[in-house]
Amino acid sequence: MSLINRSDFDVIAGWVQPGERVLDLGCGDGALLKRLIVERGARGYGLELEPASVKAAIANGINVIQGNLENGLADFSDDAFEHVVLSRTLQTIRHTQQILGEMLRVGREAVVSFPNFAYWKNQLAILEGRMPVSEDLPYQWYDSPNVRFFTILDFEDLCARMSIEIRDRRVLDEKGQLVTEEPNYLGSLAVYRLGRG
Amino acid sequence: MNGNTQGVGVGIVEAQRAHFDTPLTLRSGAVLPAYELVYETYGTLNAAGSNAILVCHALSGHHHVAGTYADQPDNVGWWDNIIGPGRPLDTNRFFIVGVNNLGGCHGSTGPSSINPASGKPWGADFPLPAVVDWVHAQARLADHLGIQQWAAVVGGSLGGMQALRWTITYPERVRHALVIASAPKLTAQNIAFNDVARQAILTDPDFHGGHYYEHDTYPQRGLRLARMLGHITYLSDDQMDEKFGRTLRNGAFSFGYDVEFQVESYLRYQGDKFAGYFDANTYLLMTKALDYFDPAREGDGDLARALAKARAKFLVVSFSTDWRFSPARSREIVYALLKNGQDVSYAEIDCDFGHDSFLMPDPHYHEVIAAYLGRVES
Repeated sequence: MSLINRSDFDVIAGWVQPGERVLDLGCGDGALLKRLIVERGARGYGLELEPASVKAAIANGINVIQGNLENGLADFSDDAFEHVVLSRTLQTIRHTQQILGEMLRVGREAVVSFPNFAYWKNQLAILEGRMPVSEDLPYQWYDSPNVRFFTILDFEDLCARMSIEIRDRRVLDEKGQLVTEEPNYLGSLAVYRLGRG
Repeated sequence: MNGNTQGVGVGIVEAQRAHFDTPLTLRSGAVLPAYELVYETYGTLNAAGSNAILVCHALSGHHHVAGTYADQPDNVGWWDNIIGPGRPLDTNRFFIVGVNNLGGCHGSTGPSSINPASGKPWGADFPLPAVVDWVHAQARLADHLGIQQWAAVVGGSLGGMQALRWTITYPERVRHALVIASAPKLTAQNIAFNDVARQAILTDPDFHGGHYYEHDTYPQRGLRLARMLGHITYLSDDQMDEKFGRTLRNGAFSFGYDVEFQVESYLRYQGDKFAGYFDANTYLLMTKALDYFDPAREGDGDLARALAKARAKFLVVSFSTDWRFSPARSREIVYALLKNGQDVSYAEIDCDFGHDSFLMPDPHYHEVIAAYLGRVES
């Protein structure tokens, strides 16, 4: 996880209102939740699998539940949260449709960010015969936790197929600057605010 | 077991005793007119009385949680590895209290104490305490020590049930509850194990209906069997296999019923050792307290409703290889709290030692406890 450049956090923080309940899936050390609690007055929990991250989140004073996203969110009740966040993690999950469906069952709104595989530098890397390594795809092919490789266009197709409403979208470049034109080509990271269609 | 601990621990400690004259009405309806609790403390209570942590013991535990005695240097407290200066339950910051529960056999009023009504040991007439009764007695000890509110109540197994019960019965008196390797209630399988253990004791000819003290004997065989059975359930299958495998003590079958396999030797030793110091009546009543515990009854079967009263923040911890109090049982507590939007963190520790893991100095486990208590104001 890139802790230095978490530009998607700025976007997500802007979407959370004071007092709202947030579930952060794959919360890591709880940095986003901590920010939402301190800056936005939110309440919430993180779900995290890695023992070291669970410990770090506890040390940060975050409510963290150790568990595996791939097992779904069956233990969470419907509408338990205003926002369910999946930050830079969707590409690491096998059961893509299942988790998106579950996020929108447990939360009134889902916030999803992911690296855009069609970002021009990634395309260039492929053209040069190499798997892309960038700020938002910071792994070598042999140690990457990513199991799904997709683009902004691919993701929006899936949303349409699953009748998921796209309420807002912010696309960022590697420096975290907002991209307004040619997002699928110029955007390195996409952040979505999704609702039940 | 204490090989992986930091620092020097709490050193030499002394047990203390508190006498209570106000009658205690138990959940069963029985009344204890007066009773004594034996306890130990480590660290210093601050002026505000706000830095106290209560450590609740499990089935075979007691008040001697940490340190050693001046006249018994080898008698190390049962959770010494986690308590002391710089350890997760840090005595530089916290005032730690360990107490032997009512009905115990380590100094608090129990079946081997004298029943004032008869002038003889209570024996089987000692009223069965429920977890909530222990909590009421612990609350009186807190009053006695000048502790209005615990910074934390901590316990593993049956001790975790007490921590959970504290948050419901005295919500304003607990800031944090650490519920470790525990469950919101026992399953049928778990009650079944307890009943086999009880049957071993109850059917021992030396039991004498629980009045064996008067016959100057005790149900050694029954208690030994009960402990052997219990001990199997506290270990993991893998760990037993790794530790003993099918190793034979003498290298070959002897075609008889004496000890042959190492695992038999180990279990018999554990059983003998336990039967040598533990009281059978205490064992019986502790297992009943386990069986009865089910706070969800107060929420018409809904644990979340029962826990809604709690004001404490929770840390729930389970161990991957614990099948007697499995992670799934801990998650029931977690998700009941989650349903209520209460503060809870949950860690599932990868540790090989089954239910006994909660007593082990596993580094990650201890770091999790230390990380949590590091956030607790003292």
